[in-house]
Amino acid sequence: MAYTPHTEEEIRAMLEALGLSRLEDLYAHLPPSLLNPEIPLPEPLSEDEVLRVIDGLAAKNRSGPVFLGGGVRDHFVPAIVDELASRGEFLTAYTPYQPEASQGVLQAIFEYQTMIAELTGLDVANASLYDGATALAEGVLLALRASRRMRVVVSQGVHPEYRAVLATYLHAVGATVETVALAGDRTPAFEVGDDVGAVVLANPNFLGAIEDLAPLAETAHRAGALVVAVADPLALAVLRPPGAWGADVAVGEGQPLGNAMSYGGPHFGFIAVRERLLRQLPGRLVSMTEDGEGRRGFVLALSAREQHIRRSKAKSNITTNSQNAALRATIHMAALGPKGLSEAALASAAGARRLYEMLLEAPGVKPLTRPPFFAEFALVLPRPPEDVRRLLARRGFHGAYPIPDYGEGAALFAASERARPEDLEAFARAFWEVL
Amino acid sequence: MDRREDRAFPLIFERSQKGRRGVRPPSVGDVDPEALFGRENVRESPPRLPEVDELSVVRHYTLLSRRQIGVDTSFYPLGSCTMKYNPRVLEAAAARFTALHPYQDPETAQGALELMYELAEYLKAITGMDEMTLQPAAGAHGELTGILVIRAYHEDRGEGDRRRVVLVPDSAHGSNPATASMAGFEVREVPSGPDGEVDTEALKRELGPHVAAIMLTNPNTLGLFEKRILELTEAAHQAGVQLYYDGANLNAIMGWVRPGDMGFDVVHLNLHKTFATPHGGGGPGSGPVGVKAHLAPYLPVPLVRKRGSAYVLDEDLPKSIGRVRSFYGNFGVLVRAYAYIRLLGLFGLKRAAALSVLNARYLKALLKAKGFRVPYDGPTMHEFVAQPPEGLRALDLAKALLDAGFHPPTIYFPLIVKEAMMIEPTETEAKETLERFAEALGEAARKGLANPGWLEGTPYTTPVRRLDEVRANRRPVLRWTPEAE
Repeated sequence: MAYTPHTEEEIRAMLEALGLSRLEDLYAHLPPSLLNPEIPLPEPLSEDEVLRVIDGLAAKNRSGPVFLGGGVRDHFVPAIVDELASRGEFLTAYTPYQPEASQGVLQAIFEYQTMIAELTGLDVANASLYDGATALAEGVLLALRASRRMRVVVSQGVHPEYRAVLATYLHAVGATVETVALAGDRTPAFEVGDDVGAVVLANPNFLGAIEDLAPLAETAHRAGALVVAVADPLALAVLRPPGAWGADVAVGEGQPLGNAMSYGGPHFGFIAVRERLLRQLPGRLVSMTEDGEGRRGFVLALSAREQHIRRSKAKSNITTNSQNAALRATIHMAALGPKGLSEAALASAAGARRLYEMLLEAPGVKPLTRPPFFAEFALVLPRPPEDVRRLLARRGFHGAYPIPDYGEGAALFAASERARPEDLEAFARAFWEVL
Repeated sequence: MDRREDRAFPLIFERSQKGRRGVRPPSVGDVDPEALFGRENVRESPPRLPEVDELSVVRHYTLLSRRQIGVDTSFYPLGSCTMKYNPRVLEAAAARFTALHPYQDPETAQGALELMYELAEYLKAITGMDEMTLQPAAGAHGELTGILVIRAYHEDRGEGDRRRVVLVPDSAHGSNPATASMAGFEVREVPSGPDGEVDTEALKRELGPHVAAIMLTNPNTLGLFEKRILELTEAAHQAGVQLYYDGANLNAIMGWVRPGDMGFDVVHLNLHKTFATPHGGGGPGSGPVGVKAHLAPYLPVPLVRKRGSAYVLDEDLPKSIGRVRSFYGNFGVLVRAYAYIRLLGLFGLKRAAALSVLNARYLKALLKAKGFRVPYDGPTMHEFVAQPPEGLRALDLAKALLDAGFHPPTIYFPLIVKEAMMIEPTETEAKETLERFAEALGEAARKGLANPGWLEGTPYTTPVRRLDEVRANRRPVLRWTPEAE
């Protein structure tokens, strides 16, 4: 089933028009030694058969109430998000290179850029990046370009996988990175050398803790470094945004806004900066403008930063980003509005707090994260977290992600607005049983 | 697509009424943020998001979608982008896996891991490579991953300081040189020969102990298969240079020939091009990277492995370049590509490739008959690069095509062809669609030659007409603000 409309008659007629007789003739000029290799693939299936195969695979997974975090959580997604974002016009378009026929995607990006700038308290956001980790890498590269320095300091409070991706990207350009260990659950005060280009902080941090980062941002600025903040977009509905505590660049994982967990992707990464850093931003940007008749319209702007124009001098090689995931976030925020988004954020945090208190009652369990925290928190468990996660999973619950880098027995938990009080209690009971 | 309206289409912010509510999230009752977080941590004023009811949101984005064209609405022959039909069963397949969390016990995600493992096996077979990572999130991200793998390989052999140059043909996608410099390399362009293929002699002169890699697309962006590929990869290998295959154009040859057999060491794929997953208006895509065995130790972690009957995430690659993305990649896109390969099988993949070439060749012949020129007119594959009749601009013809209900080809690329129109019809378009497109383009050219003013005024029927891009670049307005109303 190749989804090709050609009848055999048509294929014959087209080949004939080209002076050919068989489809194989289209490849006759290729080196014969390369042609028609043995490729072991399963036999073609019908649509119905394929869905059976997929169902068979899906049956080998176990879904259940999710109390896991790491920036990806089981949040509520309104039905209209799926419905609208999967409309064929949005879903099957390419990057909007022809603005007259792409106002739908372009205006949606403009709305998205506005919403992200509002959430982060910064001036301008781009059209999206791949995920939170690569958004951080791009944000730090941006800060190094702007500061013309090659040293980075990053708090251990930043997601370990984001720091790993950052290390990969920084090694490539020859920049160095050092990590400041957390003191307990929060970033301690530290000195910033005057050759440091970027200081990377997370709020809430990977352990969920809400930190007071304004003094650290000030230290960084005094040394001439830029502050790159990793933020949780849902938390920004209620918490002081990075722009208000001194960050120059805010990045993060967009999944909590309207995107399914989907085993880690696809999601999107967001990035927002202060106005003076605008020309250092990687990726697509959409600007409002007008047509010849004075009608408002939207176009891709400042493309001179991008790979298809600047080639080896581009700010980044990114081209395809995560437009449809960002569109989902846009529709999600429009559907919930400022009140709904803040309710979802508060309900998640309140649920996490209740769960924290219940789990701490279990014997031998100690807090790693201290309040205030947002929707995630870490505990120190009296037995290996790997075992706890497995035993919980066998009871149909997903929780207790082992985070050994933060100490022996450390495990991460989360809650969302979807967890009702009875769900939290059921999870706490299971947790108690498996300890 | 909706046609022009007299008034400006509103922004979602302009539909907002203070106090209006849309969808309500599940609520646990009143929570006092200051009690929960401490007063100093609470935001002073809420973000200025729109306050709209649910129906208004539905209308807004439904109407907005009607100001957009996609493969679902229009023929979309955008060169090097492979805008084929995206079967809806792929969406249905992906929906079966949305409730999985990336950190749940791998024991409870065996189906997802098995799917990833099997997909990697299929992609290895299709490309002729030995190992495959599914982590990169898009084509350019795959390029970066692949080039970093090559860099790590040279570093491991003690040649990292010496091999500082990546060679890229002048017909290459812009992402290739951008990737090489992002990976810390110096980029050198290699000219194309008069036949549109890489100038083998010029390339051989560039080879040496200072070169780390060559990035090639085959068929190249002119749609031509590099026939001297075996000679080229052999010469490169003799100089210790690694061969990188940009998979943007794999659709032309899948199943018929394999990059691995041509001598390539690294391949990236664009699942959102070749394997029919939707482009989404600019992503999310997926850019798996395959390598030959000697490069496997440097792939990003984790890799999915089979241990007995269980599938595991293997983090234990001491020489790995590290991670390139959080979690395991754009998993939902991987599900779609897996389903696509199971639907087509080898027979279907080969047929899709061959019909993509047949469609492109047929369309090329139709356009040549209409006075369009094809400067590198060899045996082109899934795409070709045409030039308008003398005196006409590619941009104007592109806009005229919008009025005719078609998405235009890629224009002004590759850079080595003036007024380039790079046309890739894909295999999912019918013969009569190609004929209507050729008619429309021919007609626009004919009318444009007779009446240049008419052509320069196109498009006439789209929601907006040509937009002032100069103004957008000089005084960009990148967000809505209430003051701007």
